[in-house]
Amino acid sequence: MSPLKIKKGTSRKSAYDLKDPHADVSERHTLACIVTNEAGVLARVIGLFSGRGYNIESLTVAEIDHEGHRSRITVVTSGTPEVIQQIKAQLGRMVPVHDVHDLTEEGPAVERELALFKVAGSGDKRIEAIRLAEIFRANVVDSTLKSFVFEMTGTSEKIDAFADLMRPLGLVEVARTGVAALSRGEV
Amino acid sequence: MARQMTGAEMVVQALIDQGVDTIFGYPGGAALPIYDELFQQDKIKHILVRHEQGAAHAAEGYARSTGKPGVVLVTSGPGATNTVTGLTDALLDSIPIVVITAQVPTFMIGTDAFQEADTVGITRPCTKHNYLVKDTDVLAGVMHEAFHVATTGRPGPVLIDIPKDVQFAKGSYVEKNKAPTGHYAPKLKGDIDQITALAALMETAKRPIIYSGGGVINSGDSATALLRELAKETNFPVTSTLMGLGAYPASGGQWLGMLGMHGLYEANMAMHDCDLMINIGSRFDDRITGRIDAFSPKSKKAHIDIDPSSINKVIHVDVPIIGDVAHVLEDLLRVWKSRGRKTHGEGLAKWWKQIEEWRAIRCLDYKNTEKVIKPQYALQRLEALTKDRKDRYITTEVGQHQMWAAQYLGFEDPNRWMTSGGLGTMGYGLPASLGVQVAHPDALVINVAGEASWLMNMQEMGTARQYNLPVKQFILNNERLGMVRQWQDLLHGNRYSHSWSEALPDFMLLAQAFGAKGITVSDPSDVDDAIMEMLKFDGPVVFDCLVEKHENCFPMIPSGAPHNEMLLGDAGVADAIGSTGAVLV
Ligand SMILES: Cc1ncc(C[n+]2csc(CCOP(=O)(O)OP(=O)(O)O)c2C)c(N)n1
Ligand SMILES: [Mg+2]
Repeated sequence: MSPLKIKKGTSRKSAYDLKDPHADVSERHTLACIVTNEAGVLARVIGLFSGRGYNIESLTVAEIDHEGHRSRITVVTSGTPEVIQQIKAQLGRMVPVHDVHDLTEEGPAVERELALFKVAGSGDKRIEAIRLAEIFRANVVDSTLKSFVFEMTGTSEKIDAFADLMRPLGLVEVARTGVAALSRGEV
Repeated sequence: MARQMTGAEMVVQALIDQGVDTIFGYPGGAALPIYDELFQQDKIKHILVRHEQGAAHAAEGYARSTGKPGVVLVTSGPGATNTVTGLTDALLDSIPIVVITAQVPTFMIGTDAFQEADTVGITRPCTKHNYLVKDTDVLAGVMHEAFHVATTGRPGPVLIDIPKDVQFAKGSYVEKNKAPTGHYAPKLKGDIDQITALAALMETAKRPIIYSGGGVINSGDSATALLRELAKETNFPVTSTLMGLGAYPASGGQWLGMLGMHGLYEANMAMHDCDLMINIGSRFDDRITGRIDAFSPKSKKAHIDIDPSSINKVIHVDVPIIGDVAHVLEDLLRVWKSRGRKTHGEGLAKWWKQIEEWRAIRCLDYKNTEKVIKPQYALQRLEALTKDRKDRYITTEVGQHQMWAAQYLGFEDPNRWMTSGGLGTMGYGLPASLGVQVAHPDALVINVAGEASWLMNMQEMGTARQYNLPVKQFILNNERLGMVRQWQDLLHGNRYSHSWSEALPDFMLLAQAFGAKGITVSDPSDVDDAIMEMLKFDGPVVFDCLVEKHENCFPMIPSGAPHNEMLLGDAGVADAIGSTGAVLV
C-alpha cells in the first residue's frame, strides 16, 4: 500500500533535541502552601518535587494553627514560568493542600530567614568578627574565649553575605531555618 | 451516641454504606480481623484472586465497566506491595479504586516486623491519596473520605493502610453523611467567559476537530450524551484517544477513529491540519502528540479538563477550561445555541471533503492471505461475529494486539473498552476481564490478549473457574513479544534481542489444567467456526489463535515524528526513525 511518498528518515529531529524556548528564563518563586498538618504531608510535597524533577531552594515547615491542624510550607523554587505554573497546579490538586500562594506573583512580600553562625578565632580576627556582627545586627547568643555563636535574621542574601564575611574569620558551622514569607499589606 | 464497633466491623459497615457489593482480595495475617467480619455477613461478595496484582486490575475492570469505584482488600507487606502496579495503572488512567491494605499493629510499626512494609511510603507517588489509620475512632471517617476522593474530581486510586490492632480495637462509627469530605471539592463548572470564547471559535472554524478522551467517560453518561449532541449539532469530526473509545459511537458518521501513534491516518491528519482543536477530557499524552513542536501547528486549541495540572502541561492552549466535562459541555451547548447555532458551513464542507480523501487511503487495509491467520483478520472476524451483541465488553493486554483491537473493534457505548493506556501494563487484561464479568455476569466479556502478556497473570484463570466467570481469553499468539519485535525491526536493525517467547506452554492443556475450555486455531478458514464455538461455550475459554509471527502494526507515527509523517505500511519503514528519535520511548 503506502500511496503516500513517505521519505526515509523523515524524523530528523527528536523531541529531545527541541529546546524549551523559555529554558533560559528561570524565575525564582516563593510559594506558601497551607496544608492539613497530618503525618506524611511534608513527604508528599517533597515527593512531588523530586518525582517531577522540580527544584527546591529552600523549604520551611511549621504548624501555624494547632486547633485547625494547619501547617504552612514555604518553598522557594525556580523554573521557567511554565514549570512554576505546573508546580502550583500540582500542589493545588493534592488532597491535604488547602491553598497555594505564589508570594512572588501576588505582590510585594517580606521574606526572612534566621541563621546561627559559629565563628572560632582569636586576636584580630575575633575583634573583626564581632565588629561585622554589629554592622549586620547579629546577636551574640553564645560565647567562649575562643568562639561566638551569632544569631541573625534577614533576607537570604543578607545571610549569604554575612557567611561570606565570616568565612575567613573562622566560620565553623552555619545553621539556617530556610525562608519564611508573608505578603505585605493588610490582607 | 455514635455506634460502637471494632475497626474490622467499621471497614465492612463503611463498604456497605458506600454501596459496595463486590470486593477483590487476598487474605493474610494482618488482614484476618477484616476477613473474619466478611465471613459473618452476606451483603458484600468477596472474590478471591490468585495474586494481589490481579485484585487491583480486576477492581479496575469493575470500575471502568460500571462507573463505580472498585475495591481491593489485601494483607500487609507482600500483599500491599503486589498492588503497586495496579495502583500506578489506575493513577495513570484515572480509575477510581479503593485499596485497603492491612498493616502490622501500630506498636510494631518501624521494627521491621514480619510482613511489615512502609505501605503509605511506597504508594504515596502511585495513589491519588493514601492514609495510615492509627486510631479506630477516625477509621470510618477515613473510609468514607477515601471513597469521596477516589470518585471526585479526576478519579484515581486511594489506599487505606489499617494496622491490625486498629482493626481489633473498638471505636465510634462515623456515618457516611457526617464524614469529613468537604474540603476536597474540585471545581465542576467551567469559566463562562472561556466557554463563550470557545463557542465563538466554533462559529468561525473552518477545520475544527473534537479530540475526546477518557475524561468524557469518567464524567459519566450525561457527558457522553452531550458529546454526541455537540457533534451532531455542529457536524464537527470526532476522534478519540485509546482511553476515550466508545464515548462517540464507532458507527457514527463523524467518527474518524482513534488518533495517536497507532491511530488512523484520517484522525492524525485532521489533528495536524485543523484550525480549531477541542480537547475534551484528554491530556495531550505523548502517544497522542508525537513531536511537540510540530503538533497541530495551525490550530487554536481549547482544553476542557477537570484537573488544572493537565492544562498547559505539555501543549500550550488558547482556551483553557477547568471543569467537569458534562458541566462544561452543557454550558457550551447552551451558549453556542443561544448565539444562534452558527458554524462555518462552507469551510466545514471543504474540510469534510479533505477528510474523505484521507479516509480513501484506507489506512487499515492489510495484505491478507489464506495460508496463515493475520491478527487483523482474526479481529475483523471477532468484530463481525460479536458486534451486534449489546452486552459485549472488551479488555486487552498490552502490545500489538491491543493496538489492533483498538483499530479493528468498534465501540458504540462508553465503559465497554478496558485497556491499560497510560502505564501499558502487560498482565492487565485477564484480571480486568474478571472484574468486568463479576460486574456484568450475563455479558460477553472478551480479553484480546497477546500470549506474552497473558502469561503474566494467567494464574487468574483459577479465579475464573472458581466463580464460574465465563470470560473469553482471545489470545493472538504470535510467539513473540510482538510490539518489542516491531520496534527492533524499526530501530535496531532486526536484531530481535529477547523478544521471543521460547518454550511457550500448550494453551490447550493449560486451559484444561485450569478447568477451562481450550480452543486452538491456525487456519484462516477455521476462524469463524472457532469463534462461534468460543461464544457458544458457557464458561471460561482460552482461545489460542496462532497468527502471523512477524506482522507489524500500522499505521504508526514513528517516535519523534509529527502527525503528518505516518508510516502506513512496511514499505516506508526502513530507517524511518532517526537516531535521535530512537531514544524516545
Ligand atoms: C509489565 C510490562 N513489561 C514489559 C512491557 C514492554 N512491552 C510492551 S509490549 C510487549 C510485548 C507484548 O507481547 P504480547 O503480549 O505477546 O503482545 P504482542 O505485541 O505480541 O501482540 C512488551 C514486552 C510492558 N508493556 N509491560
Ligand atoms: Mg505476542
